[in-house]
Amino acid sequence: MSRISTSFEKLKSEGRKALIPYVTAGDPAPSVTVGLLHGLVEAGADIIELGVPFSDPMADGPVIQLACERALQHNTRLLDVLDMVAEFRKQDTVTPIVLMGYLNPIEIIGYKRFADEAKKAGVDGVLTVDLPPEESDNFNQIMRAHGIDTIYLIAPTTEDERIKYICENGSGYLYYVSVKGVTGSASLNVQEVADKLEDIRQYTDIPLGVGFGIKDADSAKAVSAVADGVIVGSVLVNKIADLVKEHGQIAPQVSAIIKDMRIAMDS
Amino acid sequence: MPTNIDLKALAQLPDSKGHFGPYGGRFVSETLMAALKQLEETYEKLWRDPAFQEEFDRDLAHYVGRPSPLYHASHLSDKVGGAQIYLKREDLNHTGAHKINNTIGQALLAKFTGKPRVIAETGAGQHGVATATVAARLGLECKVYMGAEDVQRQSLNVYRMKLLGAEVIAVESGTRTLKDAMNEAMRDWVTNVDDTFYIIGTAAGPHPYPKLVRDFQCVIGREARQQCLTQIGRLPDALVACVGGGSNAIGLFHPFIEDADVKMFGVEAGGYGIQTGQHAAPLSAGSPGVLHGNRTYLMSDDAGQIIGTHSVSAGLDYPGVGPEHSYLKDIGRAVYVDATDDEAMDAFRALTRIEGIMPAIESSHAVAYAMKLAKEMDKDQTIVVNLSGRGDKDIHTVAQIDGINI
Ligand SMILES: Cc1ncc(COP(=O)(O)O)c(C=O)c1O
Repeated sequence: MSRISTSFEKLKSEGRKALIPYVTAGDPAPSVTVGLLHGLVEAGADIIELGVPFSDPMADGPVIQLACERALQHNTRLLDVLDMVAEFRKQDTVTPIVLMGYLNPIEIIGYKRFADEAKKAGVDGVLTVDLPPEESDNFNQIMRAHGIDTIYLIAPTTEDERIKYICENGSGYLYYVSVKGVTGSASLNVQEVADKLEDIRQYTDIPLGVGFGIKDADSAKAVSAVADGVIVGSVLVNKIADLVKEHGQIAPQVSAIIKDMRIAMDS
Repeated sequence: MPTNIDLKALAQLPDSKGHFGPYGGRFVSETLMAALKQLEETYEKLWRDPAFQEEFDRDLAHYVGRPSPLYHASHLSDKVGGAQIYLKREDLNHTGAHKINNTIGQALLAKFTGKPRVIAETGAGQHGVATATVAARLGLECKVYMGAEDVQRQSLNVYRMKLLGAEVIAVESGTRTLKDAMNEAMRDWVTNVDDTFYIIGTAAGPHPYPKLVRDFQCVIGREARQQCLTQIGRLPDALVACVGGGSNAIGLFHPFIEDADVKMFGVEAGGYGIQTGQHAAPLSAGSPGVLHGNRTYLMSDDAGQIIGTHSVSAGLDYPGVGPEHSYLKDIGRAVYVDATDDEAMDAFRALTRIEGIMPAIESSHAVAYAMKLAKEMDKDQTIVVNLSGRGDKDIHTVAQIDGINI
């Protein structure tokens, strides 16, 4: 069983929900990232989404755009991100890591080479924002052959027939984008999310994570009541942005946000 | 051109998933998939609907001023000494460029789908002006995204858009040019997908945009083909068009695809010269990748990051290109070359002084290459150059190069 499935199984048996923080690798500097990941796990993160910086993050709002720019100032490339994962794995062989980003960096080094290197580094899943299942036959095959989960998005605009199709292609978990918009946009409506998740569950047993619009412990708790996982990004990245001049403060302060959410979700 | 290409099949592309060989497709985040599918269905239905066609043709005739002339630039041809150069006068269209052919079509789609709001990205501002124009006419709310650098170099067009009632957003992210404007327009669309129609300005982006923009722009090539037969008595030997995203080029080329003897040349922006790396010529010097919803030739580094481009012309200053051009390049049906900033400016001056026609700096790239090409051809051969736009918007840029403050 993959690390991602193991993680969800364990949580389920404990009656808890997954807390999944997102941070951009190399933001604000490559030296910060691995320590931050360990801090997040210590604070209660179950799975980590690690953003691969891209020059043109079309689906992201200003917060994550700026994170990409900061990381790219240090020339954080996909292969550097894999090195960070390998470094993380020296101490943590349990927490799943999902790479989240855009297709071009993967396309340029080639799917096969990417899968080889990602597996070697200890990556568990990939979420490629601009690669819908329609375009990913070959990609899926290669990732599956390497035991890497392919995580797909479902949006409020996704109709039932497509939900079914996406469920057939996804593995690990499915990422429900709770609002129409870019990352870091408006707050979500928990009832609407609950309705949509119920709809999706008709078609699949794959765990459902919910992201976009989760801003604090209260919204994390509310969403965890209806979803299998809670994905948090922009609030964390915003905190990092506040601390670009105090690298030593990043891991403790960002982890503190996660810790609050963990406590709220488990209570 | 290789002789083993099935030109009939080539002319039928894209396939049902929007692929031109390995290029094209639909690489967007999930939220937009439903909107693109809806657009595709609406488009396929309306494009075959006589009522839609009639309205489109009527607008092109009476609002845009089509057909645009095919002008024999005999003075320029004599001066160059070689093939006869003909100019397809898209510069005479309402608003001054080919861009309006496409915005008329897409605004009609917006109208038929009942979306009250349109958005657009723009580089030179020509597409922005063309969008603001049709929005004004149809009473649609209009927001145009434009790179902050382009807002400066094309300030005249910015003011035109404002006069037309559009809101112009200066995009400060990334390289502050066309690609960043497109990122921002996509973000707007994802957020307002229910009530917003995204009018993409070139034959790129996710399926069905490359196809529908091409179809709307094909009026250029259809007219040119007929005009050649009428005025010259035969088809031309070569077509030349500048390539930014590729809409004026594909509009001219496509109706000639099955005419195997007609050569096609797309001219990219060579900037300071391909060897300097400071250019906007993905087909000449890039490699395939994925950006803005399609797989196509791109300028990216070895880590897959999109790299900054340079061109004297804002409308060509883009690191990607429409997917159909990528395929035409690979199979050899069209040839892609470049013209540098200096060559384009020389051509701008030449056409202005010799024919009294002031071309857009974008179009000047095509003129520059056509002048080179003509020299190598016989006097009884013909070249059709797509004069995609007029130079009024560029007077500031030209004056600046001359060290003159207007
Ligand atoms: C006059 C003119 N020609 C050409 C272009 C380039 O676009 P495309 O390659 O889509 O024709 C532009 C874009 O702004 C333009 O304004």
